[in-house]
Amino acid sequence: MLGYILRRILAVIPVMAIVAVFVFLLLRLTPGDPAAIIAGDAATPAQLERIRTSLGLSDPLHVQFFTWAKLLFQGDLGTSLISSTPVTQMIGQRIWPTINIALMTIVLSVLLAVPMGVLAAWRHRTWVDYVVMGFSVLGFSIPVFVIGYLFILAFSIELRWLPVQGYVAPSQDFGKFLARAILPCLTLATIYVALIARMTRASMLEVLGEDYIRTARAKGVKETVVLFHHALRNAAVPIMTIIGTGFALLIGGVVVTESVFNIPGIGRLTVDAILARDYPVIQGMILLTSAIYVFINLLVDLSYTFFDPRIRY
Amino acid sequence: MKFKSRNFDQASNVLEITGLTVRLTGNDKADPVLDAVSLKIRQGETVCLVGESGSGKSVTSLSIMGLLPKGVLAATGGHIELEGRNLLELNAQAMRDMRARKISMIFQEPMTALNPVLRVGEQIGEVLDTHTKLPAREKKARVLDIMNQVHLPDVERIYRSYPHQLSGGQRQRIMIAMALILEPQLLIADEPTTALDVTTQKQILSLIAELQEKHGTAVLFITHDMGVVAEIADTVHVMKLGRIVEHAPVETLLRAPKQDYTRQLLQSVPSLSPRAPRAMPEGQTVLAVEGLQKVYGAHGVFSRREPTRAANDVRFSIPRGRTLGIVGESGSGKSTVARCIMRLIDPTEGEIRVAGKEIATLTRRQLRPYRRHIQIVFQDPFRSLNPRWTIGRSLIEGPLNIGEDKQAALARAADLLTLVGLPDDAVHRYPHQFSGGQRQRVAIARAIAMEPDVLVADEAVSALDVSVQAQVLDLLDELQQKLGIAILFITHDLRVAAQICDEVLVMQHGHVVEHGTAAEVLSNPQHAYTRALIEAAPGRSWDFANFKELQGA
Repeated sequence: MLGYILRRILAVIPVMAIVAVFVFLLLRLTPGDPAAIIAGDAATPAQLERIRTSLGLSDPLHVQFFTWAKLLFQGDLGTSLISSTPVTQMIGQRIWPTINIALMTIVLSVLLAVPMGVLAAWRHRTWVDYVVMGFSVLGFSIPVFVIGYLFILAFSIELRWLPVQGYVAPSQDFGKFLARAILPCLTLATIYVALIARMTRASMLEVLGEDYIRTARAKGVKETVVLFHHALRNAAVPIMTIIGTGFALLIGGVVVTESVFNIPGIGRLTVDAILARDYPVIQGMILLTSAIYVFINLLVDLSYTFFDPRIRY
Repeated sequence: MKFKSRNFDQASNVLEITGLTVRLTGNDKADPVLDAVSLKIRQGETVCLVGESGSGKSVTSLSIMGLLPKGVLAATGGHIELEGRNLLELNAQAMRDMRARKISMIFQEPMTALNPVLRVGEQIGEVLDTHTKLPAREKKARVLDIMNQVHLPDVERIYRSYPHQLSGGQRQRIMIAMALILEPQLLIADEPTTALDVTTQKQILSLIAELQEKHGTAVLFITHDMGVVAEIADTVHVMKLGRIVEHAPVETLLRAPKQDYTRQLLQSVPSLSPRAPRAMPEGQTVLAVEGLQKVYGAHGVFSRREPTRAANDVRFSIPRGRTLGIVGESGSGKSTVARCIMRLIDPTEGEIRVAGKEIATLTRRQLRPYRRHIQIVFQDPFRSLNPRWTIGRSLIEGPLNIGEDKQAALARAADLLTLVGLPDDAVHRYPHQFSGGQRQRVAIARAIAMEPDVLVADEAVSALDVSVQAQVLDLLDELQQKLGIAILFITHDLRVAAQICDEVLVMQHGHVVEHGTAAEVLSNPQHAYTRALIEAAPGRSWDFANFKELQGA
């Protein structure tokens, strides 16, 4: 087990190395002169030259890469071209709102979706199943921003239960954080509830047909125990996969929600950076999101061995 | 043959079923799945329920347990009486309360019947959790005690094991422990030894008998295996199409069956007395295997395991028109040999000569022209045909691959279907429209469409009911006479081997332990393992087809 975890962690290194190379090449392989792209149309030759030297663009490619990689190892992702703040610092300020929202969303989704899926599978082809599946289709089909505005309209403007937008760190005031985070989380959760409920139902349906479920019932075990103790654990692997992918997607995919609810997260940071062609920030964001993806995949893989003792790598 | 002959007239009834009728839910017009089934089981009695697949044996047992699939089947009439209560009228809670306390059940496939992600100790303990309020320490002591009673070794270790870490026999012992821990009055055993090897089957059967004796449990034993019936039954009920057609004490039923269906069923049971080997034909050797070896897990950077020798120095040859059987238990290496010969897996060492050509070391591409010389029929006809393809398409795929014209291939496919006893319009139909036996005929037709020299039959009749099995064996025999094919017949079933093989090769742990004509090997076995196999074959001294003791036994 320990050997497996170690090997699995070692396998992360080449993946991240390849990502780093791609990120590095992103700027260098863009057609045209990177300096000109960065400086914009109205730049003077002197300005261009200054940018070239500051980015080390005159050196051979491999030298540039090693300089960049060395800095990367020291935790230096460069400096924003627009605000001249270090990229790590910018990300550091923006990442927590995103992670908090993403975590809360995924926890909310799992708490809602897994029981829904289990219930739908248990009451397969009854109205319960149809309601759950109907909701699932709806959740898939309505765009995030529509749901977001509908929630704002209903809960903030009409009912006045919750603030319209904004963000307060949980460490500052947890109550205010919750009040502001609940709508964005519900909005984001809709699609993940749909997704996870569907996967749970499909996986549970398969497991409920297995012989050991019949054995459990033959022992006189209660239905709730059959469902949650015997069946759900066996159905867990595909569900965990979906939850992992969902969480990873959430980190990178909260752009719209952050815009709608005016949350200062990395989604908006990325959009701003792209619009301003702030390459160091874009590179930093790609590296960060890839690292998060890889890390979550690692966790999901490790969770498999927890759920299913037969899985040994 | 010594049958059980205890008298149960004085014993009290444990379970009495009267007029049990089960129907498909919401379909009152279709024939009932169970039609007025009545049977009673008395204390200490073993009642065998026999019949072919689809006869309603399992539905009967699930009805007793109250485990009929909801929304699919429902009991619409009759009584199932246990301790004066009609089980059909109990509510869900009361029924749950009966299970494991009054009635327990063990199932066919101990691998799938145990939850793969829970430790077996916990799974046995769950019965106590559900029905008793024992403190943890006492609970564990009870579980270890019943594990000792079913003769599991090293119970502390097995208590913490997961099902996949145990052997098939051990898993079934766990199931039995789980079923008997609360000493129920009735144990329902649904084909509990069908998935096990004969030697393991023998142990499990005697274990059930031992515990039955000790606790006075009544047993309802469901099986399709007449050999097992002869060994263990007090009373036998024969089922056909949802009805009980005949019931009698075991010896009466086997000696003097009254109903045609019972006679027919018994006559299909292959005899253990081997066929006489046919005269050695003139024809040339079509398959010769020399020094065949297959080693698994020999390399691999991270593997710490010892390499497994699945086949070791296997040698044999088959001339045209003869049948060689490879028999052995699971893990003996018989299927490995078959797959090596088909080159579905690559042998580690050795020679395989098909039609005079050495094929053991050919590359996939070089191998292609030789594939047609050797064809295989697999065990499970439900999974070996592509469900989305018509029969015709499955049949002509091989011929098209070797360049035959499509129209000609289709015409021949229709002929082949007639040859294997199916209507020729079957080309346009899909596998799900056929029964298991018919599908196996299709699989055979598919194999002979390539006009092979050798047909490998890997447990080709093991998934079939005895009567269908007999028909398919006849078909193979007939085809062999017509086409002169050599057959390599892989089986775990000595009765089947005795029926069809000229020569038999016995394998154990990857080694060939005995090789000779079927008559020599089965009538006068030399190796201790062969003897053990034959001794473990249930009902071996009874000649079912002739309703009497086997001559010379």
